Amino acid sequence: MSQEHVLDIRHLTMQFGGVVAVNDFSMHIDDGEIVALIGPNGAGKTTAFNAVTSVYEPTNGEILFEGETIARSHPTGKMKKIFAGGHPDAFVSQPIIRHTPDEITKKGISRTFQNIRLFSGMTVFENVLTVQHLRKKSNFFTAAFHLNGAEEKQMREKTMELLKIVGLQDLRDEMATSLPYGKQRLLEIIRALATDPKLLLLDEPAAGMNPQETLELAAFIQDIKRKFQLTVFVIEHHMDLVMGISDRIYVIDFGKQIAEGVPSEIQNNQAVIDAYLGGDDL
Amino acid sequence: MKEKKLTLANVASALIVLCLYVAVFIAEQKLPATSMLFTVLKKGATYALVAVSMNLLNGFTGIFSLGQAGFMLIGAYVYAIFTIPLEQRVNVYQYYAGGVVQFTLPVFVAMLLAGLVAAFFAFLIGLPVLRLKSDYLAIATLGFAEIIRAIFQWNQLGPVTNGSNMLRLFPTFNDFNIRNADGNVTVYLSTLVPLLVAGVCIALIVMIINSTYGRALRSIKDDEVAAEAMGINLAHHKRLAFCVSSFFTGIGGAMLAMYQTTVQAKSFTSAMTYEILLIVVIGGVGSVTGSCISAFLFVAASEWWLRFLDEKQMIGNWEVPLLRNGFRLVVFSIIIMIVVLFFRRGIMGTKELPDLFRRKKKAGGELK
Repeated sequence: MSQEHVLDIRHLTMQFGGVVAVNDFSMHIDDGEIVALIGPNGAGKTTAFNAVTSVYEPTNGEILFEGETIARSHPTGKMKKIFAGGHPDAFVSQPIIRHTPDEITKKGISRTFQNIRLFSGMTVFENVLTVQHLRKKSNFFTAAFHLNGAEEKQMREKTMELLKIVGLQDLRDEMATSLPYGKQRLLEIIRALATDPKLLLLDEPAAGMNPQETLELAAFIQDIKRKFQLTVFVIEHHMDLVMGISDRIYVIDFGKQIAEGVPSEIQNNQAVIDAYLGGDDL
Repeated sequence: MKEKKLTLANVASALIVLCLYVAVFIAEQKLPATSMLFTVLKKGATYALVAVSMNLLNGFTGIFSLGQAGFMLIGAYVYAIFTIPLEQRVNVYQYYAGGVVQFTLPVFVAMLLAGLVAAFFAFLIGLPVLRLKSDYLAIATLGFAEIIRAIFQWNQLGPVTNGSNMLRLFPTFNDFNIRNADGNVTVYLSTLVPLLVAGVCIALIVMIINSTYGRALRSIKDDEVAAEAMGINLAHHKRLAFCVSSFFTGIGGAMLAMYQTTVQAKSFTSAMTYEILLIVVIGGVGSVTGSCISAFLFVAASEWWLRFLDEKQMIGNWEVPLLRNGFRLVVFSIIIMIVVLFFRRGIMGTKELPDLFRRKKKAGGELK
């Protein structure tokens, strides 16, 4: 049972020099769940995301995706001496496993970014079309001589379908960066969907959105989750969104997990309230 | 409906290109073969090809490489070495007993080989160099070009490269002319063939740019982090772009050898790379059409239209001041500064030839 989590993070520590951004953090996500990771600014949420997508190599710890280890590391070299996280010896005897971000995406984890990162020189349509490159079956020569017509057509049709989901089909030839902010967010999400992920990572999808847009986004996330049979892992500050859509919530502060549970438990958790409001030392 | 309009723009562009080719063919039969126009067209075709392949790298993939002269040198040498007629080798390799290569390849096979060898070198260089970014990559590739130039002049390699002596007597553009039994030219093709070769190569580059691989390269230029997160293998695609670009640069080098009729390593200086870079910038970084147009404009200006600046000119009895040898380059620099200051996106920006037809229609469509 425990082997079949979609995502399983074990004792993850990310340390940069003397700064421990994420400390001995463990969590898991099961198939079909929407799990949120929340915490005050600088708590290490995005760092955890970057470790999952292999942008960073963990300092210590292990990450499994559908039972397969996608990243595993233990402190080496100078880090051995200055390592300040928990469980320093847990993975020493096991081989280090590392991947590049594109390999992780090919395995089925796709993400969006906190500060929107659309391809600025491309149209809305091209943004979604381009990322389907990773599932191509043609090689360089068949593609260069345009002998992969069927595949190309299929890519384009899929792009249109995805654009229709968010109602961007009429804006397909606009430059992606000329869209309004909220639409750019949606475009980034469907661009992530175009890579056929099983696990979707959303990094503050509602940042900069008004309450109305946030509500729509919540409905949208639940909608695509059902439609594409996704598992969703979301970082968010908007509590309306988090409490509304999450099955479970993890809370971290200063890199350490301080709470875990269903939304109602988190809302009443004293440690969480302290972390957000300042707690005793006020 | 939309798709149909797009094809219409493409057809119009193809027609324009076809008309240009026909015009060149007719002009070549009518005008004297020594006309400056043909010199410009031949060199322009060469530079257009090299500029477009540089644009593939700098404008579409965002890899700032300055190794063009090095890859052109490789292409030019490979072409020359394998096409010098056997009976001439004793004369060319006079200090090296006729050299070691004792066979010749057909012209087009040798050109292809020139590209392949350049691409192979690019692969080797790319392994360490492509880990670098922006300026550092530029410096490393510039260094590579300088090193290659030195190596090809090395005496020990003389039996292959003829050391620092020039390679000559290989087939040139003039050998494309069709002659009758008396040796008189019946059909002039010496300008049309290089233009066709360049045209085919550029068409291939355009096809690559418009394929799924081309889109992947453009995404790398736009945002490396996002491209990688969307499953595009950066190392693989950068290496691919580098090799493909060098392949076509190598073919461009072979064409330059044919244009110059001799090849000597010391002429492939970094100044040549800067000329190409200039063409790319003036034409518009990220526009194939722009690179082609500006290649011909650049060559025409430097070889033909601005030549008068290098000589003393008299208006009546008054001698125009400043005109002397080298003044052309001053004027050129000023033009470049004007372009950089006021036309930062170049002649074409990132637009292509079909876009010029498309824009009007799109505006009309929006009105409805």
